[in-house]
Amino acid sequence: MVGLVVVSHSQTAAAGIAEVAGEMGGETRIEPVGGDGQGGFGTVADDIEDAVEAADTGDGVVVLVDLGSAVMNAEVAIEMSDAEAVIADAPVLEGAVNAAVAATSPKATVDSVREQGEAARGVEKL
Amino acid sequence: MSEQGAAVVAAVAAVADRLESERSHLTDLDSAIGDADHGGNMARGWAAASEAVAELDDPEPAEVVKTTGKTLLSEVGGAAGPLYGGSLVFASPELADGITADSAVAFAETYLEKVQDRGDARVGDKTMVDALTPAVHTFKKSVEVDDMTPVEALAKAVAAAGRGVDYTVPIRASKGRASYLGWRSVGHQDPGATSTLYIMEELLDVATARLETPEQLPDDAESPTIPDGEVTED
Repeated sequence: MVGLVVVSHSQTAAAGIAEVAGEMGGETRIEPVGGDGQGGFGTVADDIEDAVEAADTGDGVVVLVDLGSAVMNAEVAIEMSDAEAVIADAPVLEGAVNAAVAATSPKATVDSVREQGEAARGVEKL
Repeated sequence: MSEQGAAVVAAVAAVADRLESERSHLTDLDSAIGDADHGGNMARGWAAASEAVAELDDPEPAEVVKTTGKTLLSEVGGAAGPLYGGSLVFASPELADGITADSAVAFAETYLEKVQDRGDARVGDKTMVDALTPAVHTFKKSVEVDDMTPVEALAKAVAAAGRGVDYTVPIRASKGRASYLGWRSVGHQDPGATSTLYIMEELLDVATARLETPEQLPDDAESPTIPDGEVTED
């Protein structure tokens, strides 16, 4: 099963987004990660790498990210990790919900889950 | 300890001291157009890097640089981790055979390329790239065209980086946290360009003291490779 990682500058935000996505995600493994490791805001490549490893069951991982350094640190984490992992270029919450649903499909792959996550870019709310 | 390895360890310690003393200044710059964490992140990260490299057993330069980068990656919670740390790790193999004029140029170019790729930033975006790009181009030209020693070339590169920092003041940010401010970023000096200059100044100090014998010091430090005061983009 394809796993998900939710990266935010705020550990609380990451956990909350994972919670919202998890409601729709069935058995999908969703790992939240965020914060600078010192109790402040930020993202740390090593911590994201650990989350990618934790989310991977062998079928790969799709990573959702919020701003700036979350993108860069997720890229570094993916380069360091042995898991097959990709970043979905999507709004973090809507993308996570979409991806979590897509991951429950028996035919889900890293690419199909990423595509569904990225489909959230076009979502209109009003 | 290899003499060059020891020099790089000393350089990391000098950078750590400098960034600690500039902590509040960098934070002030970052408060104006960012998230006010640059001073603390850089000071904490480089202090940890300085401790980590001091524990290496007889390291060569590449190992010191790689350890510094890896420590920044794990200790700095923000863009500075991948930009400063990740790029050092990536460029460190260029120094595998020690520091020479050629390997220093290759290291500088690889580092710049990685920073640009990782941050997707170019000259004029009001980022560290505005200091780094003219510095690396000046360093390369000074070594390859003007036949300067690496330390002489580094002095030229530091001057170019300083002009790059000044150039960040009047322009509008289009990358990084400051870009969220749009036109309100105009008039503020970029903190990443500033810390890049501080790091280079410390490298120059240590390189001057440890990597070059006094008789090789430039006797005509005024000879310009590029006209002073001009933007060095090419």
